[in-house]
Amino acid sequence: MANLVEIRDLKVRAQSDSGRLIEIIRGVSFEAAEGEVVALIGESGSGKSTIALTLMGHTRAGCEIIGGQVRLAGRDLVAMSEAERRRLRGTDVAYVPQSAAAAFNPAQRLIDQVVEVSRIHGLMPRQAARARAVELFRALALPEPETIGERYPHQVSGGQLQRLAAAMALIGAPRLMIFDEPTTALDVTTQIEVLRAFKQVMKQGGMAGLYVSHDLAVVAQVADRIVVLKDGAVQETGTTDDIINRPQHPYTKELIAAFRPVSHATVASPAAAAEAPILEVRNLVAGYGRPGPDGMPRVRALDDVSCRLERGRNLGVIGESGSGKSTLARAIAGLLPPVSGEVLLGGQALAPDVARRAKEDLRRMQICFQLADTALNPLRSVSDIIGRPLTFFHGQRGRAREARVEELLEMVRLPRAMKHRLPLELSGGQKQRVNLARALAANPEIVLCDEITSALDTVVAAAILELLDELQRELDLSYVFISHDLSTVQAICDEVMVMYGGRTVETLQASALPEGATQDYSRLLFASVPQLDTGWLDGLPERLPGT
Amino acid sequence: MNPQIAMLVIGRLGVALVTLLIVSAVVFAATEMLPGDIVEILLGQAATPEAVAGLREAMHLDEPSVLRYWRWIIGLLSGDLGTSYANDLPIAEMIGDRLTNTLRLAAVTGGVAVPLALTLGITTAMFRGSTYDRVVTTCVVSVISVPEFMIATLAVLVFAVWLNWLPALSFSSGTPGWGEMLRIFAMPVITLCCVITAQMIRMTRAAVIETLRMPYIEMALLKGASRWRIVMRHALPNAIGPIVNAVALSLSYLLGGVIIVETIFNYPGVAKLMVDAVATRDLPLIQSCAMVFCIGYLVLITLADILAIVSNPRLRK
Repeated sequence: MANLVEIRDLKVRAQSDSGRLIEIIRGVSFEAAEGEVVALIGESGSGKSTIALTLMGHTRAGCEIIGGQVRLAGRDLVAMSEAERRRLRGTDVAYVPQSAAAAFNPAQRLIDQVVEVSRIHGLMPRQAARARAVELFRALALPEPETIGERYPHQVSGGQLQRLAAAMALIGAPRLMIFDEPTTALDVTTQIEVLRAFKQVMKQGGMAGLYVSHDLAVVAQVADRIVVLKDGAVQETGTTDDIINRPQHPYTKELIAAFRPVSHATVASPAAAAEAPILEVRNLVAGYGRPGPDGMPRVRALDDVSCRLERGRNLGVIGESGSGKSTLARAIAGLLPPVSGEVLLGGQALAPDVARRAKEDLRRMQICFQLADTALNPLRSVSDIIGRPLTFFHGQRGRAREARVEELLEMVRLPRAMKHRLPLELSGGQKQRVNLARALAANPEIVLCDEITSALDTVVAAAILELLDELQRELDLSYVFISHDLSTVQAICDEVMVMYGGRTVETLQASALPEGATQDYSRLLFASVPQLDTGWLDGLPERLPGT
Repeated sequence: MNPQIAMLVIGRLGVALVTLLIVSAVVFAATEMLPGDIVEILLGQAATPEAVAGLREAMHLDEPSVLRYWRWIIGLLSGDLGTSYANDLPIAEMIGDRLTNTLRLAAVTGGVAVPLALTLGITTAMFRGSTYDRVVTTCVVSVISVPEFMIATLAVLVFAVWLNWLPALSFSSGTPGWGEMLRIFAMPVITLCCVITAQMIRMTRAAVIETLRMPYIEMALLKGASRWRIVMRHALPNAIGPIVNAVALSLSYLLGGVIIVETIFNYPGVAKLMVDAVATRDLPLIQSCAMVFCIGYLVLITLADILAIVSNPRLRK
């Protein structure tokens, strides 16, 4: 059978902000047969989205195809005119974007956007297109398929939008579907439903698919074959089973290894348990919006949350978006003063508002944010960023401060010379290390880590976790580690608190995970985490516990 | 209309009213601070102190300013703008004619400038970086940089003096016919268009370009939509807020900011009336003119804000 997709020696050049020309795709070749799902896997910057877009005959601003062929059903998209490419888009090849929330025009009703492909290409009359859309909504298990299209994008949930985006792609009955990280922005419990819906309609329609993702476990559920990319070049190609169970290339092996969960060994001495907990949270209530007549905020993001952290141990907080886990960190740090409840540091109650806390209390507890990009001042050098808390907390200046900055850089395993750089000149992992070094500059006893590995690639995130572990041994730290990712929390924490809707569901020993869950919600959450096993999704019961 | 939109619109109108009240106080205070004493000017240098005091009392100028402000506001609310110090005519009458003239000029200019600016702004954004875009953008920047008296003077020089096509003055008595209207308005309208379209073109272009960067624009492209469809159906509806604001800001200039054009072409509008009033220390007239400008400005800006609120899809049901 002839291949539907044939990419031969594709080369794409991009112009960087400074005007330099870089080859971001360096001679990539692969193919996909009719009805086959091929996954492109790689970290950010590996060029996987760029390749996927060339199959739509599109390159983003600043990029240019400088060589090779991209053949779809025998026709080369590179050599075509723009008008010819436009005729293929939506009808022969369709695209499901990473963030459906951003890909829908906020000013138009959903149904108008879903049927737009049929109007652009004159595929069918308006009524027929609407009827087809409703059919697709039903096939994708969307609620209220008859009327959901009448809503605006902001009126449906993220998981629903992602399925609506799939409907939008399917309306033109394409021969090839391109999925660009379609579930990355979703919670794990939602991800399962969306993956199931995708798989179902793809199988029914007999369509070929190109699935772009950085998540091996997700890819293992949907792809027939996997293409592993790094720095714009193919590292390894093979069947899903081969890649996952018998990886050949060292890079693939590294990717797989980073995915295997690591368990955490407690470093706390047994004597420590007898002491008062270093951090204790009692019945915390906090929220957003103006307080109502009962003195409670309009939106209650934390509802009677209690937890404790022993010295030298780590507490993981896990939950989906909107569960209140980040609010908990902000309330503990005093950035969002709680309405009621107490935060005790070493047995002493802290002022609710960070502005009223003693300098010494501030020093003992530091916070590290998810996005180092926004947490680091882009106009300050690394040495300024780390040096500021040194001056503020310890009064260090001049040469002493410089020496300490170098020490801290060494501590987070960064070369000393990096202190002269600006955040812009660092990679994502390096920025997160600087972010961490800034927190360490205060000589804290507790570090609140809010999703600090979530924006990083798997391999880089694994290295950061390892660093946290080493620092804990060296500096006698305790972490509160907030994440939505179970394996991350398992790798670093002793105890795990599961949150849902601003409340604590239960607190479990990390060693007992995931089997030890006693509550329905925790079981559902843990069962929803994709496993690196090709049969995982198909093997799941139709209804998960707790749904 | 859903209650949330209604609340926002009512709130916006409330803000406009409060602003107007504050503006009235500022206008009153500012005219109070103008140098020169109207009574001495009216009576001349030979006036006796008794005569001056008498006239002051007759004009209520001896009362505290708070009281006079109160009187003035009550007058404004009941439609009584007072009488001119300089020639004893009712101010409402003096402004009435001039305002009609100003509004007529503004309407003609707006009618030409807005469609022109929107077309140029949208098309330059669509063909961003093309030769067409560069030529238009360069022209716009050059026009912005030239002061309007220069443009007006040049227009007079070229069209009235050298070519002798148009009259140098835009003054006519009675109601002119269409041909006459065209001749009268041509030069002021050209000059004003140069001044206001430039800003509108730049703002429209920037707003459309900003929306063209959104992911849903790329999505529309990947659905096979043509460039025209992408701009008209996907970009423009989301760029309305900034565009109407730019338009309102530019149009408000046509009320009070046209003094140079009115002077050069001797066009009998409100701006010219106000300048004349300053020359004669005619305080009530100055105040009323200032209020007319402020009301016009507020009406336009409030209208733009309300349009932006109504066009926000997140507030739709």
